[in-house]
Amino acid sequence: MSEFRMPSLGADMESGTLVEWNIRPGERVERGQIVCVVETQKGAIDVEIWEAGTVERLVAEEGQKVPVGEVLAVILGDGEKDEGGKAEDDGRETPAERPTPEASQAPSPRAPDLSPPPTTATPDVASSGVRLRISPAARRRAAELGLDPAGVNSSGIDGSITLEDIERAAQAAQGGQSTRAVATTDAHAAMRQAIATAMARSKREIPHYYLGNTLCVEPALAWLETHNAERPVTERLIFPVLQLRAVALALEAVPELNGWFVDDAFQPAEGVHLGVAIALRGGGLVAPALHDADRLAPDVMMAALRDLLTRARKDRLRSSELTAAGLTVTNLGDLGVESVQGVIYPPQVALVGFGRIAERPWVRDGQVVAARCLHASLAADHRVTDGALGARFLTRLTDLLTEPERLWPT
Amino acid sequence: MTASPPQEGPDASPAIGAAGLDDPDRARALMWQMIRIRRFEEKCAELYSAGKIRGFLHLYIGEEAIAAGAMPALAERDTVLATYREHGHALARGIPAGAIMAEMFGKQEGCSRGRGGSMHLFDVEWRFIGGSAIVGGALPLAVGYALADRLAGRDSVTACFFGDGAVAEGEFHESLNLATLWQLPVLFLCENNRYAMGTALERHQSQVDLAAKAAAYRLPSESVDGMDVVAVARATEAAVDRVRAGQGPMFLEYRTYRFRAHSMFDPEHYRDKAEVERWRQRCPVETFARDAVACGLLAATVRDEVEREVAEEVDAAVAFAEAGTWEPVEHLCRDVYAREVRP
Amino acid sequence: MTTQTIAYREALRQGLRAALADDERVFLMGEDVGRYGGTYAVSHGLLEEFGEARIRDTPLSESTFTGAGIGAALNGMRPIVEIMTVNFSLLALDQIINNAATLRHMSGGQLNVPLVIRMTTGGGRQLAAQHSHSLEGWYAHIPGLRIVAPATHEDARGMLLAALEDPDPVLIFEHALLLNVEGTVEGEPRPMELDHAAIRREGGQVSLITYGGMLHKTLAAADQLAAEGIDTEVLDLRTLRPLDDAAIMASVAKTHRVVVIDEGWRSGSLSAEIITRINEQAFFELDAPPVRVCTQEVPIPYARHLEDAAIPQVEDIVAAVHRLLG
Repeated sequence: MSEFRMPSLGADMESGTLVEWNIRPGERVERGQIVCVVETQKGAIDVEIWEAGTVERLVAEEGQKVPVGEVLAVILGDGEKDEGGKAEDDGRETPAERPTPEASQAPSPRAPDLSPPPTTATPDVASSGVRLRISPAARRRAAELGLDPAGVNSSGIDGSITLEDIERAAQAAQGGQSTRAVATTDAHAAMRQAIATAMARSKREIPHYYLGNTLCVEPALAWLETHNAERPVTERLIFPVLQLRAVALALEAVPELNGWFVDDAFQPAEGVHLGVAIALRGGGLVAPALHDADRLAPDVMMAALRDLLTRARKDRLRSSELTAAGLTVTNLGDLGVESVQGVIYPPQVALVGFGRIAERPWVRDGQVVAARCLHASLAADHRVTDGALGARFLTRLTDLLTEPERLWPT
Repeated sequence: MTASPPQEGPDASPAIGAAGLDDPDRARALMWQMIRIRRFEEKCAELYSAGKIRGFLHLYIGEEAIAAGAMPALAERDTVLATYREHGHALARGIPAGAIMAEMFGKQEGCSRGRGGSMHLFDVEWRFIGGSAIVGGALPLAVGYALADRLAGRDSVTACFFGDGAVAEGEFHESLNLATLWQLPVLFLCENNRYAMGTALERHQSQVDLAAKAAAYRLPSESVDGMDVVAVARATEAAVDRVRAGQGPMFLEYRTYRFRAHSMFDPEHYRDKAEVERWRQRCPVETFARDAVACGLLAATVRDEVEREVAEEVDAAVAFAEAGTWEPVEHLCRDVYAREVRP
Repeated sequence: MTTQTIAYREALRQGLRAALADDERVFLMGEDVGRYGGTYAVSHGLLEEFGEARIRDTPLSESTFTGAGIGAALNGMRPIVEIMTVNFSLLALDQIINNAATLRHMSGGQLNVPLVIRMTTGGGRQLAAQHSHSLEGWYAHIPGLRIVAPATHEDARGMLLAALEDPDPVLIFEHALLLNVEGTVEGEPRPMELDHAAIRREGGQVSLITYGGMLHKTLAAADQLAAEGIDTEVLDLRTLRPLDDAAIMASVAKTHRVVVIDEGWRSGSLSAEIITRINEQAFFELDAPPVRVCTQEVPIPYARHLEDAAIPQVEDIVAAVHRLLG
């Protein structure tokens, strides 16, 4: 038994309307016989059959529109004699089938980049908020030099900053020294320059306001102790995990601090990705993002933080980690400072700082007691938020750290 | 074989037919070649309907006597150029059926590595320089092939097949003029199947006697019944001899008819079925097979033998094409230049 | 080695003569190349020297004599087809694009077409809109063709010899205004390779990228600019397909500023292709937006003052550089 299908008469034919059957059930058909007429967009076409046999039944009715490849009729073969000489039946293979060798998935070869894009980001936006008119070559050079091109005098076409303008500005900044020698040969020097650029921009552009709060961390430390008691050393949490968790949850409540100030407007971050400021051994600082800090279970968060620290110190950070953070957390407590008044990392709009945990006189139930305390601070961009909103965030953060059972509610 | 105005219906002039032969082997070979082309193309139509073959598919069914009769008149050192309706020419010239079928499947085992398809069959070994799909576009190339042979002192002939549609193209006129002017060894072979795609000869030519039109360029021009394989063979042999002898180019018109549509997707609004039926009565395969038996040249059993051989060859060609492989996409930009070029 | 001062026309003829003398397979075919001596007198004297079989006058049948060149190339010869002017090559477009450029690929690599087609290009002779266009950039769009534009005298004779050694079809565009220009050549003609652009003037402030007839106007502009203290580099592309990307990018990396001078019309032009490649491959080298000097988008008019206004002139190039430097 074989199926007689709507033939494909051209790549542009998708279906045809069966106009007329020339055969009836029970009739004999020969190979090459015209068995029906099909109306196409090009007109009526006589359709032949490629199997000899007897018409078992007609599936499509006259007047019916039938897609290419669909069954029109069922034909009963002539028996073994005919079956033997037949080419292999293609079954349901559709005309649309295309050869797609696996190899086609291979990436196409690319010409080597003559001029790779700058590895250090240069701000796109001048302090006025208008996009800088600067040539691509000047932009790259400024990034190499760690120079903020925003204030550089322009001499190029249509008032654009040129390569020469950047070199001139860099020389002026270096007191006439040749800046070429300073370039990127020394990675630490380059990082220093990048930090200098970012922080100078921050202090120049961002009107910071600062809020601070001292809080008692006895309950949190107790929670941590209980949590760690049953775990081997390798699985224990450290206190900064609780801090980060608290910041993440507080940001969920006050999303206005989680994002970036771009093109004169606040652009909220999608998801809570916290920048973790990490001091590097040779000097310098990076603040890679801990992704989805609001959604990680304690152990997972600990592992993620450990991984981030390890890779940051080996210079193995991923590019997404360098740009994703919507807010940075800096913890200078283990370096012995009491409190931090941070500089926001542009284009972020806030930074949370933690000092060291130390015993202080603390009033509990009307009694002065010795309790371990911590100073938490918020530096925030006044263009985006005001003190009231910052206070709401800091209060929330304080509450979470003082009531640790709320950090990972079960 | 002198030019006479074509008639509405099939050529009524007395055929030479099988009676014109006395060699049974030759008769069998002619019948075999015509049946081979016919069955191969029927299989193509079937595979097209099934979506195995794509693009445009132009069938030669009805015109087999020309390729089967003319091709043996050419030597290996001669060059053949053809049109986009060239499966028959490619088969008759000697390109293996499997390589042709694989080409239509788009496989790299195809005679053009899957770059050409049905309309662009090539085989340099057989000096088969293609299926050209620009009507009239191969005629200037044929003039150039013949010019090179002439300049190099070779006695080769270049045979260029084209249809009646090409007669309306400027390149036809330029090429006949130049080949005659320079007395080059070109055989212009016009397969007049009476339709330029869907436009009848009377509706596209001011002078429907194409041999008379060609004769205006002062090259010998003749017409022959293209439905009679023996007449085709005789006329072509004589023409090849003449051209090879250095007597300049020649024009030969084969009056023929295609039984099927121009291409697969063609409802044939432009001709009526009665006309097609009249021509089918002169089917070159059936008339020759019948006459060859009638005049005692071939035994009645030969037809079945040939059909069996051909069926096996066609099945093998399909199997070869099915088993063929897709050229890796990494090779896409190969063979754009002979020398390595980065565009 | 002897240094000769000759006209560009004579340099072309030296190339043809050397090609015909070196290789029996070479022949020249085209309108009026024989008895007339060439419509621009390039082939003057060659008929007497090489005979009618190899210096072939053709009917005015551009399509067929170009196609015959392709056929002869496929069949073992090394034809040189001369088309009087690029506008007439449009009559042979079917053969050039549907056959010469496609046969190798369409035949799965079995065929190649070692054909050379020479034609004049460009305006400046008050020949109006059917003899004056610059369509070489258009041909440079076509895969399968190699497009060259010799601008110097050494290239005029040497690129033809290299083209004849190339296994693929090569179209040579000879700017009509160069024919009478005199220049020097050294010794005998020798093949000049077809792969690389050439720096014709070294400089550090702006790259002037051009080819063919515009090279000489560009060099004149560079001289004027140098007198003002502006130091330009002039890059002669020589081959328009394939483009020498490395040479273009190297010059851009040096100067960071680009002006492309192209006698073609601006829309969809070769200059557009060059600047796009610079943007793709050397974006961070750019110190100013790239600038183009092209022909005005009008069919070339007859009247002298209008034709001059349509085609890029030395002062247009100078002005473009001034604009670029702000």
